[in-house]
Amino acid sequence: MSSVKDEIEKANKEAVERMMDSEPVWVDVGIAREKLPEMKDYLLLHAGPPITWEKASGPMRGAILGAILYEEWADTPEEAEKLVTSGQVVLEPTHIHNAVGPMAGIISPRMPVYEVYDKKYGNKTYSNFNEGIGKVLRYGAYSKEVIDRLRWIESTVAPILQATIREIVKDRGGISLKSIIAQALQMGDDCHNRYNAATSLLLKEVTPYMIDSGFDKQTIREVYSFLAGNNFTTLNLGMAAAKAMTLAAHKIKYSTIVTVMSRNGTETGIWVSGLGNRWFTAAAPIPKGVWFPGFSESDANPDLGDSSITETAGFGGFAMAAAPAIVSWVGGTVQTAIEITNKMYEITYAKHRYFQIPYLNFQGTPTGVDIRKVLKTGIVPTINTGIAHKEAGIGQIGAGIVSFPFEVFKKAFEAFIQEYEI
Amino acid sequence: MSEKIKKLFREELKIANIGLEIFYRSLKDQGVEAIQINWQPPPSLEKGLKEKLDKLL
Repeated sequence: MSSVKDEIEKANKEAVERMMDSEPVWVDVGIAREKLPEMKDYLLLHAGPPITWEKASGPMRGAILGAILYEEWADTPEEAEKLVTSGQVVLEPTHIHNAVGPMAGIISPRMPVYEVYDKKYGNKTYSNFNEGIGKVLRYGAYSKEVIDRLRWIESTVAPILQATIREIVKDRGGISLKSIIAQALQMGDDCHNRYNAATSLLLKEVTPYMIDSGFDKQTIREVYSFLAGNNFTTLNLGMAAAKAMTLAAHKIKYSTIVTVMSRNGTETGIWVSGLGNRWFTAAAPIPKGVWFPGFSESDANPDLGDSSITETAGFGGFAMAAAPAIVSWVGGTVQTAIEITNKMYEITYAKHRYFQIPYLNFQGTPTGVDIRKVLKTGIVPTINTGIAHKEAGIGQIGAGIVSFPFEVFKKAFEAFIQEYEI
Repeated sequence: MSEKIKKLFREELKIANIGLEIFYRSLKDQGVEAIQINWQPPPSLEKGLKEKLDKLL
């Protein structure tokens, strides 16, 4: 009879193999209400573990208010707040809907979403559109310019991208995001906070189809400039891809591999494959950052966003050694970036078969955080991240590096022991 | 001070610093040849939990 240790080894191998073999392909654009099976009116999805209005941080609150104004469920922020505090507007984590969103991660019913299909394992995952940096909804800003931009994305960007991706699907089944990520890692991106190469690669694929989409030239040009002018355009697609990869590894009995790492601006939370959709949480730390002019650490909100799904899938901060130029955005030195990647090998199950780091002799990226190894070594996953102002309505104030609290891995291990009666 | 220690300080020092990086940086700033070894003490876990972890890893 095999021991529990053997069962874990077998389960972890299967989980990480599935994570690496997943084939996420961008296949469609649609409205969240129509695309996400459980989406409905007066439901807002948010990043990280479950949150209530009372516990929500400033930027999370700002993004919730902005989404309600965008939906036209209320005319003023005060009315919007009443809708949440009275329970008319319901808040649920993105992850239980197989969705992800950077920073506050708000997805509301009328928002356009990307649909990603895992060709290998059949799962569908979703993410919202990226608005750019600075004063944007996902960082808690909700002024008129923020809402107007979201409406323009809905009315102008989404229809063009929908027509574009549907033509691509007819021609060749969609755009392989795994291939874009694998290439971009070899071109100086980490595919969390640096998507410069990935966005160029994506635009190279979509632009001919955008030109042929039948929309007028001026509008196509505007949409192209918006996409090309924002290096984070591909972040949301990369995150949906990472969600597909980690979902493929999720719910494997006995597996101690982490399948979700996320933050809601108040708490940090993880899921573990062999423990299903149970959240293990602790207070979210404040990242060490590089600050936009006029801001400092005292303005910063605790860590926020689903974007750490990239590290969960074996890229992003875990692949920082592939992206030396990222330190100009998130801080530290090139040596720091290499050290972070090297450290992550200590707590992960495998070196990724498809995601490689040229500087480390094309070694695979560290993939599949094992809660046992975190407990054994005391090394915790380190990621890079954007940083929001702690007050609602201001937006992004920097970017930096942050580590997940040890406590969440300990809580998960304790639950694992209980679950499997060890 | 023992003869061994005195001898050590008379020689050119080559230092391997384990753990806190601030000591390594300080030595480098003073022009001392040093390398940094990243290490941290293992986390302290309750006895029962540690035993189970050892059994499972």
